[in-house]
Amino acid sequence: MPDALDASAPDAERRRLALRPGTWITWGVLAFFLLNLAGVITTVLLDSFGTRWFDSWLPGGWTGHWYSDAWREFSLGRVLGVTLEVTLLVVAISLALGVPAAYALARRDFPGKRALTLLFVLPILVPPIAYGIPLATMLYKVHLAGTLTGVVLANLVPSIPFVVFTMTPFIEQIDPRIEAAARVCGAGTPTVLGRILGPLLVPGMLAAGILVLVRTFGMFELTFLTSGPSSQTLVVTLFSAVNSAGIRSTQSIDAMAVVYTGSMAVLLLIALRFVNPTQLVARSAD
Amino acid sequence: MTATTAPATAPPGPDRRPALRHRLAERGVDRTLLLVVPGALALIALFCYPFFYGLQLSFQPTQGGVLGAYHKFFSDPFSRKSIWATFSLAVPASVINVGASVPISYRMRRDFRGKRIMLAVLVVPITLGTVLTAEGILEFFGPAGWFNRTLHLLGLAASPMRLTMNYTGVLLSLIISGFPFAYLLTHSYLSGIHPSLEKAAATLGAGWWQRFRYVTLPLLLPGLLTTFSLTFVMAFAVFPSALMVGDPDGHTHVISIEAYEAALERFDYAQGCADAMIMTLLMLAVIGALAAARSRMYRGATGGKG
Repeated sequence: MPDALDASAPDAERRRLALRPGTWITWGVLAFFLLNLAGVITTVLLDSFGTRWFDSWLPGGWTGHWYSDAWREFSLGRVLGVTLEVTLLVVAISLALGVPAAYALARRDFPGKRALTLLFVLPILVPPIAYGIPLATMLYKVHLAGTLTGVVLANLVPSIPFVVFTMTPFIEQIDPRIEAAARVCGAGTPTVLGRILGPLLVPGMLAAGILVLVRTFGMFELTFLTSGPSSQTLVVTLFSAVNSAGIRSTQSIDAMAVVYTGSMAVLLLIALRFVNPTQLVARSAD
Repeated sequence: MTATTAPATAPPGPDRRPALRHRLAERGVDRTLLLVVPGALALIALFCYPFFYGLQLSFQPTQGGVLGAYHKFFSDPFSRKSIWATFSLAVPASVINVGASVPISYRMRRDFRGKRIMLAVLVVPITLGTVLTAEGILEFFGPAGWFNRTLHLLGLAASPMRLTMNYTGVLLSLIISGFPFAYLLTHSYLSGIHPSLEKAAATLGAGWWQRFRYVTLPLLLPGLLTTFSLTFVMAFAVFPSALMVGDPDGHTHVISIEAYEAALERFDYAQGCADAMIMTLLMLAVIGALAAARSRMYRGATGGKG
């Protein structure tokens, strides 16, 4: 490869040949990864519909009763209700607290801004288990652990910063002169917020809200540390089922995992319709 | 937070009421800043306060004096080794994930048929969740799973390879869950670098390796370090999969398992908080080192206007 550095004409042919193996290796590794990934997903899917599967390529027979079993055994209806309640509350509260903060951080430059930014960055950087344990300890002390409130409070910790950092590019895209113009025309702060900024921020809020929804739906550690029997979300119920695997059949756990992944995939598909993942990192090229 | 510190920095004066407000506004302190307060207060109450509460709790173990919990952690070889177990999982996992995502996203920059499908396929694992991944790994890579069956069929392995319930299993689950994430980030950073920069280099006679080495890579490195940090955070905190597909008694007894067992299985909150503090400190040390490395790199436009 290094001898392809020279760009004279005879080398051009060789360079294209030299590039080939790299390309093939890249695609080959990717294909191998995707093949195994497909295998991982398919085995779970097949197992959740199979009757008995020990030492063969395919299960012995097919059945759908693991799903109704899982639904009954784990009272999935109630669990899904709790999950929905937790996620929606977290989305609503984190948007209400995060969007104004993002606005102020995006628009103003003030002393102490770095410290404040650090406050909003840390919960994303510190692993959930690390701050979840002290948080759960504190929630136990004030008797909020095990309740829905405790779960929601714990999930707010990573969600508020997430909203702030998702919203910032959206806010930066809005020209401050629009607000200035509205003020010149006599609009007060409520009018500016409600009729000028609000509508312009809706796409960003939708994006942030959906992403927080997906994250909270899949957030295991914080909910696991702070939930009680009546406030478990789907992920935590799933994990507890695996941990007491002696009693549960693998197939109904697999069925529940398929339900989880299915709902997560639907959520993510909806999210991708509204958010382009690339725009969150790369600032708009002007 | 700022509302209290800011007036102290501005010179106070007896008859300067309007001037003070204007001075503050000049430095960016005005009523807009009040918008930060609710969010900041929530984080102080739910993140900072519990953290300091945990910190002081970690200095009050039932036995062993002020540093008893920390002493216990470092003197017990089983818990001490959990640091090694964590790093030996997190470092290879993030290196593999970030390393593999660079060439793949480099090829994916061009437009080709099926690119959107390809992107969608790569996003799928994000939806899987740890349990489905763990169950899938157990069943697919297990002794009677399809992977070992295929190896046997192709005559590549006489006896089934042990890929689950050990270090390999956890590493596999970290790659499955971490790679798509690393790929998405790398892809966005790479697509933020304007192709015209490479075209310019090509016009000046740079080969593909030169273009990559001297143009794309330096522009990409800060983004790669960010990606590495975030992937590392994810892998460092590995908890459920280390329990489900690893052998928590040995090579996959990671520090988060250690902390969890102390706090919520033995109900030794002081020990659990001490473990969490050690974990945070290690994490911040790594992130800090990466951020320091990043600050020494090129920062600026990658748009290549033109």
